[in-house]
Amino acid sequence: MVLLIAAPLALALVAFAMPSARRRPLVLLAGALVHAAGVLALLAAPPPAREGAWLAFDPLARVTLLTATALFLASAVYAQGYLARRADRDNRVFVGGLLVLLSAMTTVALSHHLGLTWVAMEASTLSTAPLIYFNQNARSLEAAWKYLLIGSLGIALALLGTFFLALAGAGPGGPKSLLVEDLLAAGGALSRPWVRAAFVFLLVGYGTKMGLAPLHSWKPDAYGEAPGILGALLAGGLTNFAFVSVVRVFQVTIAAGEGAFARDALMALGLLSIGLAAVFVVGQRDFKRMLAYSSVEHMGILAIGVSLGGAATAGAFFHTMNNGLTKGVLFLSAGNIHRAFGSKSTDEVHGAGRRLPLSGPLFLAGFLAITGSPPFGPFFSEFAIVNGAFGAGRYWVGGLFLAFLAVIFVGMAATVLDVVQGDPSDAPRVPGTGDSWLTAGPPLALMLVVLALGVFLPAGLKDLFGAAAALVGGGW
Amino acid sequence: MTSLTDLVFILVVVIDFFLLASSRLGAAIRAVATQGALLAALPLLLLEGGHQVGHVLLLAAGALAIKGALIPWLMFRAIREASIRREMEPIVGFVPSMVLGGIGVALAFAFSSRLPLPGGEAHPYLVPTALSTVWSGMLLVVSRRKAVNQVLGFLVLENGVYVFGLLLTGIMPVMVEAGVLLDLFAAVFVMGIVMFHINREFASLDTEKLSALKD
Amino acid sequence: MVLRTALHVVALLVLPPLLLGVINRVKSIFGGRRGPPLLQPYLDLAKLLRKGAVYSRTTTWVFRAGPVIGLAATASAGLLLSMGGAPAPIAFAGDFVLFAYLLGLGRFFTALAALDTGSSFEGMGAAREVTFASLAEPALFLCLLVLARATGSLSLSGMLGPDLDAAWSSAAPGLLLAAIGLFVVALAECSRIPVDDPNTHLELTMIHEVMVLDHGGPDLALILYGAAMKLFLFGALLSRLVLGHGAGALASEALFLLGVLAFAVAVGVVESVMARLRIVRVPQLLVGASVLSAFALVLLLR
Repeated sequence: MVLLIAAPLALALVAFAMPSARRRPLVLLAGALVHAAGVLALLAAPPPAREGAWLAFDPLARVTLLTATALFLASAVYAQGYLARRADRDNRVFVGGLLVLLSAMTTVALSHHLGLTWVAMEASTLSTAPLIYFNQNARSLEAAWKYLLIGSLGIALALLGTFFLALAGAGPGGPKSLLVEDLLAAGGALSRPWVRAAFVFLLVGYGTKMGLAPLHSWKPDAYGEAPGILGALLAGGLTNFAFVSVVRVFQVTIAAGEGAFARDALMALGLLSIGLAAVFVVGQRDFKRMLAYSSVEHMGILAIGVSLGGAATAGAFFHTMNNGLTKGVLFLSAGNIHRAFGSKSTDEVHGAGRRLPLSGPLFLAGFLAITGSPPFGPFFSEFAIVNGAFGAGRYWVGGLFLAFLAVIFVGMAATVLDVVQGDPSDAPRVPGTGDSWLTAGPPLALMLVVLALGVFLPAGLKDLFGAAAALVGGGW
Repeated sequence: MTSLTDLVFILVVVIDFFLLASSRLGAAIRAVATQGALLAALPLLLLEGGHQVGHVLLLAAGALAIKGALIPWLMFRAIREASIRREMEPIVGFVPSMVLGGIGVALAFAFSSRLPLPGGEAHPYLVPTALSTVWSGMLLVVSRRKAVNQVLGFLVLENGVYVFGLLLTGIMPVMVEAGVLLDLFAAVFVMGIVMFHINREFASLDTEKLSALKD
Repeated sequence: MVLRTALHVVALLVLPPLLLGVINRVKSIFGGRRGPPLLQPYLDLAKLLRKGAVYSRTTTWVFRAGPVIGLAATASAGLLLSMGGAPAPIAFAGDFVLFAYLLGLGRFFTALAALDTGSSFEGMGAAREVTFASLAEPALFLCLLVLARATGSLSLSGMLGPDLDAAWSSAAPGLLLAAIGLFVVALAECSRIPVDDPNTHLELTMIHEVMVLDHGGPDLALILYGAAMKLFLFGALLSRLVLGHGAGALASEALFLLGVLAFAVAVGVVESVMARLRIVRVPQLLVGASVLSAFALVLLLR
């Protein structure tokens, strides 16, 4: 497990030290392959859980790492084509930063020590801020600044929340530790007011990284200005891991007997996120910003799923995988379209389907998948959540959820159809940016996986989602 | 010793007020540096039997070097290189932000005595000082326009978190405390670099100009 | 005790102009000059008293009453104030409210007299003065409340009596903050730099001085004397608050005098090293003083 964290970090050093900008992307590919192999090896032969260990390969880590490693592999392949086309920019920081990000994300997934989680979260913020600035223009600078400032604020509040949690366990009989297992074992011995305060601060702090409303304001800017590959890794990877951190804290909060309060808070932020995304998606002319609001929406869906409990929670973990992979499809294909037209506004971009015979249709398919159209995976996970809401007698929640989803479907459809359909002949054209297997292949592969998840869900995976949900009192 | 500790806590809060009211960048940076130095003294003043002395000394020295010296130095360098106008007009005026800060501080001091402290007795001003400093930092970040001021606000916020962390020196592993200092350093370092670029792009550090991206 | 109290009344009447002299001397030293003699303000007052007064035909009795009531109100306030730890000539529960409002009454009549001239210039000064006074008053009250809370007494004599020394050992931070707040209030109430500049005659920046431009001769003398007395009152308050009192009556008196003079020196130093604030910044300073005092009160209440 330590190797899984250390290998990308070591490769990041290699990338920083490497003199050749042309070969450097290969390091990224190597990191992705090593990481994927490591995750598969761990899945095949899970290491025994050790008492008091800071790292553990629990179901939560399995679900999210599996998603992230697939996404990262696809992105790494994509980067080969992408960085070759962007030879004008020095890619040293870009490649190194992505590998540091991979390492930090893996740490968050594996960490059972909330202090370590916090440090890794901080590292992920610091490593991605320069990546957003990859295009080095005024707009990407603004996005990087907002991301850094809002992210640091969230991180600072999360640290305060971590301290609160440590204090909650500092009483006589308390665990005096930040290990999740110790805190869970202490349960009722934790000081409840401080647990409550800790949950609020950690939800706000890590919620900022997730991009839950009302702390999502960095998202549209960062996703809109960052290269598509980074958007994919942020929206499909990092946000999932922030979600994992929230879930771990939620776990502790339930054990301390403050579960009802935490559920209400998650539900409120979740509904707010979906509602806000619905408002901003409609009439959005910048298709990358539209994807950002879609990401806000799906973080809201995750929060609601976890808050509902039961099968909805298992559905939420299924959804982390669906959302992560579909976001990969969308951001990577959106990046291709952006590059081919030199614009990301529907005022100028039309007929992507004709000009980019792979990326255009993929963008359309990704849109259908993410808005919950059958037979793609997200349909089934969202269905599980809605079903859970109605099954639990929460008709208002289910109704609002469906209503917002419908609005978002219509809003996104208007933008996406504008981009994909029509006649591209009068749209701006950037030479040498057609579809290639390196840039269109990875999203295609991810799309097939999403489709496969919808058509046939392996029993092993289904059990995994159930096991992850069982940590916070859910399950199929 | 007790009254000296009291005084340090009070001064930390008074510096919060000063920052909320201050319009001069140089004075504000100096105030943050002073606050950092005061915070460095706190672990020594709060030292009681049972804590590891070496650990506490390390924490104090680290806080003094980073919060009291290094970061102010970086900030001064940043404003010199970017030749920032010293006057600044906040989004929320000085008087309203001072009053808001005052209300927050009053609430923190009035109600913190009712919070149960599971870790045993702590200095009565510790928790309220931490909370009011966090609150002032939040206000500063939200209400100021200039990038440098927002960074200052973030530093104040971090200082508040640090004060709260002092509550846990006894039970917390060294790592998390080191994390506080490291993170502070890293955040400002990266922010400094970014600011340098902002400067090159706009010849100003006014985040008002960073408003091309919106819906 | 009675003797000391009587002595304090004499001090209240005699000493105030000396403070002005001290302030001027300090400013002169900072400016590298020798400056006027310490007793110059007395000579100035004597000169003004010998002069005649000219009254505009547009003015009424209010204009003439202004300086008299201003001085009378300040002097009455002085009778409520305990000096050097000895009880004041007049003391009753809640007299600190009367103290604050006697000062307010004096200002009210000065402002009325300024309005009575019908000059827009004086009107502007009156408007500024009352604006800033309305911001300084909460700070003053909060400071006095801090004292009341710390000593458990509602009378100025009790607040500044022996209980204060006990309070210092239990509530030092709050009292210190209150003292800082009170010093700012004193600078504002007495129209000193950085709030107002008593020496300026530039219309754009004047606050207090502009109100009394139309007064001359004995009236002006009364106004200047009243202003000096106000300064003395705040000096006495702060001296007792910060320095405490010595062992025995004589030591207390000496410490008290020393404190008042030190206050004058402090005001002189502030005037020498600080620039006048822009008028838009003055409310900021005064609200800051209020916030500090409120914080002090919260510290004591918790």
